[in-house]
Amino acid sequence: MPKLKLPAAPVPPALKPKPRRPDEHQHTAVDHAKEAGIGAIGWVDERMGASGFGRWLMFRKVPKGTNWFYTLGSATMFAFLNQAITGVFLAMYYDPNAINAYESVRYISNEAFLGEFVRGMHKWGSSVMVILIFLHMARTFFFGAYKYPRELNWVIGVALLILTMAMSFTGYLLPFDQRSYWATVVGVNINGTGPLVGPYLSDFLRGGPDFTAVTLSRFYAIHMMLIPGAIAALIGAHLYLVTKHGTTAPPWMKAETDPDLRTEKE
Amino acid sequence: MNHRQKEEYLREYSVLKNQGKPFWPYAVAKDGAMAIVVVGSIILMSLVLGAELGPKADGTTTTYVPRPEWYFFFLFELLRIIKPPELVPLATIGIPTICMILLFLLPFYDRGPERRPERRPIATTAGIFTIVAMGYLTYLGAAAGSPNEVELEASASVRAQGPAMVEQFEAGKQVLAQSGCLACHKIGENGNDGPGPHLDDIASRLPRDAIARTLVNPTAPMPSYAQLQEQDPERFNNLVAFLSQLKGEEEE
Repeated sequence: MPKLKLPAAPVPPALKPKPRRPDEHQHTAVDHAKEAGIGAIGWVDERMGASGFGRWLMFRKVPKGTNWFYTLGSATMFAFLNQAITGVFLAMYYDPNAINAYESVRYISNEAFLGEFVRGMHKWGSSVMVILIFLHMARTFFFGAYKYPRELNWVIGVALLILTMAMSFTGYLLPFDQRSYWATVVGVNINGTGPLVGPYLSDFLRGGPDFTAVTLSRFYAIHMMLIPGAIAALIGAHLYLVTKHGTTAPPWMKAETDPDLRTEKE
Repeated sequence: MNHRQKEEYLREYSVLKNQGKPFWPYAVAKDGAMAIVVVGSIILMSLVLGAELGPKADGTTTTYVPRPEWYFFFLFELLRIIKPPELVPLATIGIPTICMILLFLLPFYDRGPERRPERRPIATTAGIFTIVAMGYLTYLGAAAGSPNEVELEASASVRAQGPAMVEQFEAGKQVLAQSGCLACHKIGENGNDGPGPHLDDIASRLPRDAIARTLVNPTAPMPSYAQLQEQDPERFNNLVAFLSQLKGEEEE
């Protein structure tokens, strides 16, 4: 079996493994475990060829001047992951029909182990995600990062923003208390005043001309299957384009050529 | 950007990129620290603020305040500021749709090569203006009270119709206050001025039957009260009776 030769990761010197001393034993249990691990990874990589992708993703360079503003995008993604994970646990207890929905949410809040905590994380996570997505967008806007060659990535980002707002709108109904119910009734009616597609969109959301039991399961399906799938796919595309074009440098950064060339020897 | 400017940008960028640090582990460390801050604040908010659950949804009644999540306040507020009924579709759909299209197409109409914010005065001003406008509208939306009370005394003409009428008037007022009408309508000093019309003199504009029909079959975005009529006809009748007494006459 061919051994996988990973390129040396460009880590700072302090983190680099020390070279082995000649008098050290070569065959401790740790060495065997290491060999086995590398062997297993090599076996998978021989059949998948993912190491090239991994190198392309992780060992690329980020331009000079990259600062904390550049973490807002990944922070938004982590907020999304938080929503996905807490959402899965909420879905284990939630019952999307008009009769039991409220009771199941009450059960999550009052009885299920850590239920209120997880529901709180999901609820506040949505606010955090919306804040982060706007901050990320503001950074992109003011740094002119949407310009050539990254126009397409801006368009994907706007689509992600709208999908996130749609997530919030559909999720708001699910606890099925008075506040969420009536806000959604009004919200769907507002949708219906839209030009051309408005009435059709409202009918689609409600599952008919009136707000009925079907509406809740529809919102649930949209909230936990349709939109999250679309968001995950678009985040993938967004990240692919980010990696392909590289993250932008702050607009005030100027590329310095070799400083030695600049200094005039007189 | 013309071809030369594109080439220049790409060359400049590749130099900057080469002078930068590798994504792993430098950027990953920053992203990881940020992720911990994000998840930490979510956990903190969940522990401190909790997740309240209001009373169960009920299509027939009524103590509801149709308020969206706070980050929709700016849209909600837009709806309240724009009053004339013929302009309401503009507020609900027109402006948001236009803003959305402008946002999508931003890189296609702003194609200048300049990236520094201080050298793009139009873009930077527009961006700051948008942020301030959205922040202000969000603030207005948050500051707006949750209206569910009407301070309106029965007028002389109502009292003249006997105590039964006054009783129905009071009962109807209660239903109206609890039904969230005031989120969009103004009566006396109570309620929001728009998007719905003032109800002070609704009875002088619409006969009683028309009021009832409007409640059952309203024009969007007003929700229908058909369920209230089916399930609790008495409350519905009280509501209609109350509204059909609002003739807009000043009480002396």
